[in-house]
Amino acid sequence: MKKKYWLDERRNVMLLIRIFAALCVGVLAIDAGFHRHEEFFWEGWFGFYGFFGFIACVVLVLAAKELRRLLMRREDHYDE
Amino acid sequence: MTSSVPPVFIFLGAAALVPLLPGGLRRLLVPAVPLFGGINLWFLWQGTPALDVTVLDYRLELLRADSLSLLFGLLFHIAAFLGAVFAFHVQDRLQQAGCLLYAGSALGAVFAGDLVSLVIFWEGAALGSVLLILARRTPRATRAAMRYLVFQLVSGLLLLGGAVILIGDTGSAAFDHIGIESLAGVLIFVAIGIKCGFPLVHTWLTDAYPEATATGMVFLSAFSTKLAVYALARGYAGTEVLIPIGTAMTAFPIFYAVIENDLRRVLAYSMINQIGFMVVGVGIGTTLALNGTVSHVFSHVIYKALLIMSMGAVLHQTGRINGSELGGLYKSMPQTAGLCIVGAASISAFPLFSGFVSKSMILSAAAAEGHWVIWIMLLFASAGVFHHSGIKIPYFAFFAHDSGIRTREAPLNMRIGMAMAALLCIVIGCYPAWLYALLPHEVGYVPYTGSHVLVQVQLLLFSALAFIVLNLVGLYPPELRSVNLDSDLVYRRLVPLAARRGEAAVAALGRRMQAEWARGLDRVIFLIAHQHRPGGVLARTWPTGAAALWILVLLGACLVIYYV
Repeated sequence: MKKKYWLDERRNVMLLIRIFAALCVGVLAIDAGFHRHEEFFWEGWFGFYGFFGFIACVVLVLAAKELRRLLMRREDHYDE
Repeated sequence: MTSSVPPVFIFLGAAALVPLLPGGLRRLLVPAVPLFGGINLWFLWQGTPALDVTVLDYRLELLRADSLSLLFGLLFHIAAFLGAVFAFHVQDRLQQAGCLLYAGSALGAVFAGDLVSLVIFWEGAALGSVLLILARRTPRATRAAMRYLVFQLVSGLLLLGGAVILIGDTGSAAFDHIGIESLAGVLIFVAIGIKCGFPLVHTWLTDAYPEATATGMVFLSAFSTKLAVYALARGYAGTEVLIPIGTAMTAFPIFYAVIENDLRRVLAYSMINQIGFMVVGVGIGTTLALNGTVSHVFSHVIYKALLIMSMGAVLHQTGRINGSELGGLYKSMPQTAGLCIVGAASISAFPLFSGFVSKSMILSAAAAEGHWVIWIMLLFASAGVFHHSGIKIPYFAFFAHDSGIRTREAPLNMRIGMAMAALLCIVIGCYPAWLYALLPHEVGYVPYTGSHVLVQVQLLLFSALAFIVLNLVGLYPPELRSVNLDSDLVYRRLVPLAARRGEAAVAALGRRMQAEWARGLDRVIFLIAHQHRPGGVLARTWPTGAAALWILVLLGACLVIYYV
């Protein structure tokens, strides 16, 4: 008999994701009402770090995915 | 009470005992050595110890204990102890001797005050470490170990060459600031660069480390590259070319890490990314940057060891390490999963975890010097490292789709090793003042400000959001059984291919020359035979009158010449 785990339910995973999204919104909200210390002028833009992190990761993953066309070989590529 | 025993003596002495001791004692010996070494280190710390030996007119400084070497010394003792506890179940003499030889040599190099001892311990570390790869005892690991050894020995030879030239030029073997203005300086720089994993010569690391044993990679991750960072900080602080080199090191491996299937290889790529931050710090060379580098080395060694231990535990329990074959392991290894997540949070620099209090110093130093392009690249790399080490590692091993693998928790000693490393990650993250007090320069840096916590949380949460969104819409690249080409293509494929082609061409040329030669010889033999065979010119019989006639002609000619 297979034990059923809480995370096996898709519903529960979606619940976690919703909580996570709410956290993101919350952090953005704090950013709006908080004067941050800044070294460069763009750091002062609203949500700079959030947008940067999101876009950077999307670019990273999509670029890496494209790189697979160039770099990916069969697992035994180097075997004689 | 003070001590003046170089730590390397303790470790190498113990390594020499390994072949002699019976199994049970041997297992106790390995963790006991760094503990005993730690006591010795404490006494070293109390005084201003020195141990000089004169060999062939050169003063070898086997024990230079200043704030930099003592800090690395402490770190290497901690790493050796964590690794030894994690590997407590291992009975293999090769690995036990290897890890003591390796850790001892690394300690010897860190405390070496002169270039000659540095070269000796540099090579010692290469030899000790390769045992941990060979101990996997598979043909694949053996081949990787040989490739690894070639890189390490080339690095050692360059270091030796540079040291010899430098000693010839200056008459002193002291290892202090070197710089890249002289030939010797460049040779030593390249030697350190190879061991540091500079771009294009980084493949020994990503190639060989994941082929080591489950416990061996923990040791490997701690010493070689950090020894190189130490040597850079000692000899090349403020060398500007390190800034772009280090930035490249932070950036390119994260792309590989996203598509790599072997999770320990993902961690190897992520090591290069993290060392890149340290190299940038050395290149900037301000007190803030150097403090950042040294403190990042400290937190890095511990959280990286923790992550590699957790993957080692997975490999040990399931025999698998590819992301494509794992998943859902939190059901059978919940403690390992939790400890792995602590390591992931630390490497991602979450507030309250160790990476947060060290990595940001390097970014602040870059900003303070106005390197805004570098700063943006480092920020990109920070988001990227969270993506592959912080999320990908725990996600694909312990969560994702359930692979159906059901196993048991890792052995107790493995979990204790991981738990101690996790505790250190949290302690450093929560009480950075303890770490800061050990740094080589006075620290005026405050990591826990409202701004800093907020921006870091924002960066990390939205990076994680990107992962979730990409996964939900199905754009995230799946884990696939594959290898990815890297610059090791040159020596694993192109050079052997060129060598085979070259060999074939030389062989063909040889065959042709042989044929030509044989044909030429035949022709000569034919000509000689032709002249001598019956009826040939030289075999003819000549009448005596003909000779008399020739002599008459010659004498006549002499007479004519005489008159003219």
